[in-house]
Amino acid sequence: MSRFSFGKLGLPVYTAIALVYLLIPIGYTFVYSFNNSLKSNIAWRGFTLDKWTQVCNQQGVCEAFANSVIIGVISTVIATTLGTMISIALVRYSFKGRSWVSLLLFLPMATPEVVLGAGLASQFLSTGTQKGMLTIIIAHVMFCLSFVVVTVKARVASLDPALEEAGRDLYGSPSQVFWKITFPLLLPGILAAALLSFALSFDDFIITNFNAGPETTFPKFVYTAAARGIPAEANVIGSAVFILAIAIVVTVQVRGSIRAKKLAKSN
Amino acid sequence: MAFAAFGHGGGAKTSSGPTKSGRIAFFLLLPGLSYLALFFLTPLVSLVITSLQVPDASGEIGRYQYGFAVENYWIVIEGYLPQILRSFGYALIATVLALLISYPLAYFIGVRARRHPLLQGLLLTLVIAPFFISFLLRTIAWKQIFSNESWIVQTLQDLSVLAPDQYLVGSPFMVIFGLTYNFIPFMTLPLYTTLERLDIRYLEAGSDLYASPATTFRKITLPLSMPGIISGTLLTFIPIAGDYVNASRDFLGSTETAMIGNVVEANYLQINDYPAASALSVLLMLVILALVAFYVRRSGTDDLL
Repeated sequence: MSRFSFGKLGLPVYTAIALVYLLIPIGYTFVYSFNNSLKSNIAWRGFTLDKWTQVCNQQGVCEAFANSVIIGVISTVIATTLGTMISIALVRYSFKGRSWVSLLLFLPMATPEVVLGAGLASQFLSTGTQKGMLTIIIAHVMFCLSFVVVTVKARVASLDPALEEAGRDLYGSPSQVFWKITFPLLLPGILAAALLSFALSFDDFIITNFNAGPETTFPKFVYTAAARGIPAEANVIGSAVFILAIAIVVTVQVRGSIRAKKLAKSN
Repeated sequence: MAFAAFGHGGGAKTSSGPTKSGRIAFFLLLPGLSYLALFFLTPLVSLVITSLQVPDASGEIGRYQYGFAVENYWIVIEGYLPQILRSFGYALIATVLALLISYPLAYFIGVRARRHPLLQGLLLTLVIAPFFISFLLRTIAWKQIFSNESWIVQTLQDLSVLAPDQYLVGSPFMVIFGLTYNFIPFMTLPLYTTLERLDIRYLEAGSDLYASPATTFRKITLPLSMPGIISGTLLTFIPIAGDYVNASRDFLGSTETAMIGNVVEANYLQINDYPAASALSVLLMLVILALVAFYVRRSGTDDLL
């Protein structure tokens, strides 16, 4: 049968085109991190490695980057801790008002960022809170929390409660059972949640812009620079973070699939 | 739902059932939920309070006092009607485009690539790859790819698709293009999550009963992937309706493409008209809550997270 079938050939080709489309701006950003540009980074002026080797020469880039990393790490630690506790409660325990809890956790993900940003800013305004690093972290923990719950919850749900029961049967104290059995089994889910949370915090611009005051973060630096032209050093930081993140994700996936193959063999 | 795609394993709930209830659950939930009450719910209340404020008696710019000025809402609706309509119009078009682009992609990754877990994982990584590079840098990249001096615009002008003095950056086309691009992963992931669980035997049954591929798709695949379509649509439409980066003058838009987000940002951060900015945010939130309520009525709260 020589009839053209979209499913056989068309779909893989379409997928490849769609993925290329998704990746074009990433490639562009990466290529232009090597542009020997002056102030703005629009026309191609020749290849250079200078922007990579002297990235901090551009005023403000490294400070903004450092702030984003600090904010990302602190927000991630807090959001991951609170979120993991909630996930365990949601999967393992029954309690009244469960659907209200689900709704409260879902709403921050469904609320547009301008509303979250303006709402918090109004609250800080009416309580007379000075905006800065602390208010940014407060905001980031808030919007990362629900995403942590969603990610960790899937892992808790796939956990066999019999393992914990075995721990209790062997006279393990509740804290021993948690730290020796539950926590190590949840760790991959918790790490995935932490990675997602860091990525969300690191890339957030809209909510941050409403609550940063004079403090700057990497996205805020890019936004402010956009009016006069973004320096190539911003592309360097963006590309470096991208390469690091992809390396982590691919390593985790490849290791996971190797382990799955080994398990399949041993069975 | 949607972001469960990030978690490993996921899925099958082993019948754990309620082991203990009450106290432990309460202490596990307390810190996180109090945090959300304090920094998510209370801010929404303060947004409503701010939206009803009146200018301070001193007449100083940017200072307001408590009031009950419901007319603030009429003022912003009247003043910013074009931006409000534009936001929902752009969001609707971009969401439909994102759905059309994402569905075949999600179908391939979720159904066709199912037998090759490593390939599936790598394809999924490529879909979420844009998340790992700054949203703003990606948007600026498109601005420069479609800049007035670019070969794309030059070619379109030579072909008379664009008038000699017509450009892409600053046009509604460009803003919708950017919005669609930026939110495609938010559509693809929930679609993938439902399509990944689709039982292929149903499709085989369809073709065994002499249904054409099109009929099988319309009668089986599409209805079964409805939960993914609905949650993907919500997750795409909502952030697009509130976005202000794509439509901003420094990015892909111009003053003629301003959306609600741009108005809120300008009123809040530049001219310090907090009541107007808050009233618009509350209006936006009400529309979103209506959409969420529709979703909850249809699917219940179990699938929310």
